[in-house]
Amino acid sequence: MLRNETGPAAGSRNERGQDLETVQLISAAGERLSHPEFDPWVADVTEAQLTGLYEDMVVIRRIDTEATHLQRQGELALWPPLLGQEASQIGSGRALREDDFVFSSYRENGVAYCRGVDLTDIIRVWRGNASSGWDPFEINMATPQVIIGAQTLHATGYAMGIQNDGADSAAIAYFGDGATSQGDVNEAMVFAASFQAPVIFFCQNNHWAISEPVGLQSHVPIANRALGFGIPSLRVDGNDVLAVLAATRIALERARTGGGPTFIEAVTYRMGPHTTADDPSRYRDANELEDWAAKDPIARVAALLQSKGLLTTELQDAVQAKADAVAKEMRAGCINLPDPAPMDVFANVYSTPNSWLDRQRENYSRYLAGFSTASEGGK
Amino acid sequence: MSTMTFGRAINAGLRKAMEEDPKVVLMGEDIGKLGGVFRITDGLQKDFGGHRVIDTPLAESAILGTAVGLAYRGYRPVCEIQFDGFIYPAFDQIVCQVAKLHYRTQGKVRMPITIRVPFGGGIGSPEHHSESPEAYFTHTSGLRVISVSNPQDAYTMIQQAIASDDPVLYFEPKRRYHTKGEVDESLDLSLAPSMETARIVTQGTDVTLVTYGPLVPTARDAAVAASDEGISVEVIDLRSLAPIDFAPIEASVRKTGRLVITHEAAQSGGLGAEIAASLTERCFNYLESAPVRVTGFDIPYPPSKLESHHLPDLDRILDGVDRAMGRPNSLSGLEG
Repeated sequence: MLRNETGPAAGSRNERGQDLETVQLISAAGERLSHPEFDPWVADVTEAQLTGLYEDMVVIRRIDTEATHLQRQGELALWPPLLGQEASQIGSGRALREDDFVFSSYRENGVAYCRGVDLTDIIRVWRGNASSGWDPFEINMATPQVIIGAQTLHATGYAMGIQNDGADSAAIAYFGDGATSQGDVNEAMVFAASFQAPVIFFCQNNHWAISEPVGLQSHVPIANRALGFGIPSLRVDGNDVLAVLAATRIALERARTGGGPTFIEAVTYRMGPHTTADDPSRYRDANELEDWAAKDPIARVAALLQSKGLLTTELQDAVQAKADAVAKEMRAGCINLPDPAPMDVFANVYSTPNSWLDRQRENYSRYLAGFSTASEGGK
Repeated sequence: MSTMTFGRAINAGLRKAMEEDPKVVLMGEDIGKLGGVFRITDGLQKDFGGHRVIDTPLAESAILGTAVGLAYRGYRPVCEIQFDGFIYPAFDQIVCQVAKLHYRTQGKVRMPITIRVPFGGGIGSPEHHSESPEAYFTHTSGLRVISVSNPQDAYTMIQQAIASDDPVLYFEPKRRYHTKGEVDESLDLSLAPSMETARIVTQGTDVTLVTYGPLVPTARDAAVAASDEGISVEVIDLRSLAPIDFAPIEASVRKTGRLVITHEAAQSGGLGAEIAASLTERCFNYLESAPVRVTGFDIPYPPSKLESHHLPDLDRILDGVDRAMGRPNSLSGLEG
């Protein structure tokens, strides 16, 4: 039977076992809550840094909105919005070191922003110009994965390599609640636990896998699952940037010091559609959206800054100006992207020549040349 | 030169590759202490350590998926799939990731992964232990697919596969593991023929007989038998299944005018179809008769007491040669 509820994984306690606490450091109203275990991990966050996290979230929301507009205006073929998940992505993304390596799905554009990605590279794929945007080794972030959950194995393998190299960096895999049903994600946890690989499984439980509620994916809170693999698990309010930052730092420290993998469930909400091609009004209740709108990740940090007297008009103006500038830059990059050349269709299938492909390339090149000859002849 | 079994030759090739490049790691089920169910990795974990010869949990998709991550990190993983029929759980990682990452990343990320697959029948095993899944992979761009037929190639080509910056599926004919042959271990890899070249096994003038892997010795025997009847058969060992080295086959067919292809894998949509179509395109006017396929049937791999009916053997190959020659054969009167 399908349960059209967000189910136990949404945060209610479950009679099957003891639930993990959902850690919160900033309430939805913007109060700073104390938590003895997590507080030390964010004790060093200065007011300037808190302001920085606020700015990051505003900027990536602006990037996300701009990309959605570009899609609506026909400049992008598709876009997967991250609206509502800004704290999960910025909190974790800002916890990482340069030499850590990210393996993400297609929705982690906020994480890519933290890694320093060129903005044009974010939208290259979605405009249809290329199959990927950036050089993974320049920002230590793999090409986003479309096959759900496949990247968790790549992160685990990369972490096994880190371990073999004797390095103290970590790999982090980003995936959603839907992905936890995939065999690959479960196999990745088996491998990570067996080899005690320095990998973080960062699950953004945004409650929806296209139209399927999280209750359909899991009958227990998702964070509980990792415990069955022998992987320590943390559950945080994914709309709370400080709680996410703290959890990711805890997991990174464990990975760097030989403690093996950690699972983090960041409980958040996909405020928008799955992609611009989706219509959530067909499957979800407007009331649910309203409830989550009241837990907005940016509004609560704004309220916290306000209570500290930091949310000045100057700050708000400056943050907005930066967000607008970034959006403008991305739009310009998008619209000015040159189309790929026809023969690029054959490029990079192999790293060395391939006789089958060489023949097809040559034949197609002759075919195309026929058109230019014909048009020249018609002049 | 030393005499060694086919299986030993692969082992020696793996050892050489591991000695020469510390980034080469072996991964698979039971490949450590046990040395693999076929003992192909025998002794390697003892000599190179558990971090380079990794006994993995029992999950094929994870073996390939973690190999992708290791390749991202700069390693050259060599994955063993225990039996042909166990490769399917890893199909997604092979086809969607291993094969396509180089293209997807516009050449930024290389996937120098070798996937060893003991394949084919003839060993009396239960289901899932005797399959020939090569066509699934030859149909996937981004992969290179090779199959070896003798100890020297086994030794040389495993090293070439590992040295390749592109992913390679290396199909090992498991029923030939105990065949002995001469292996020149001092062979300079850079001077050895490329793994992408086909090899003329037996020269002939009447019929071109194309095959690979486990059926190469059978085809050679068929050529000897045919010569007793005055038919000269040229046997070609493909070695590379993707891409296929068509030039020597084309040259042979231009000479003989007749083409027979034999493989254990099912007929429909198989490599035989690709070879027949390609050769027809390339030298239609030189063909004296339609290309002939002698293959396994379009059936799930049968119980072992029936496998001799499924697998092409010397007599079925000769029947195919008779068809190509227009001599009396099992389908006489039905052609055309």
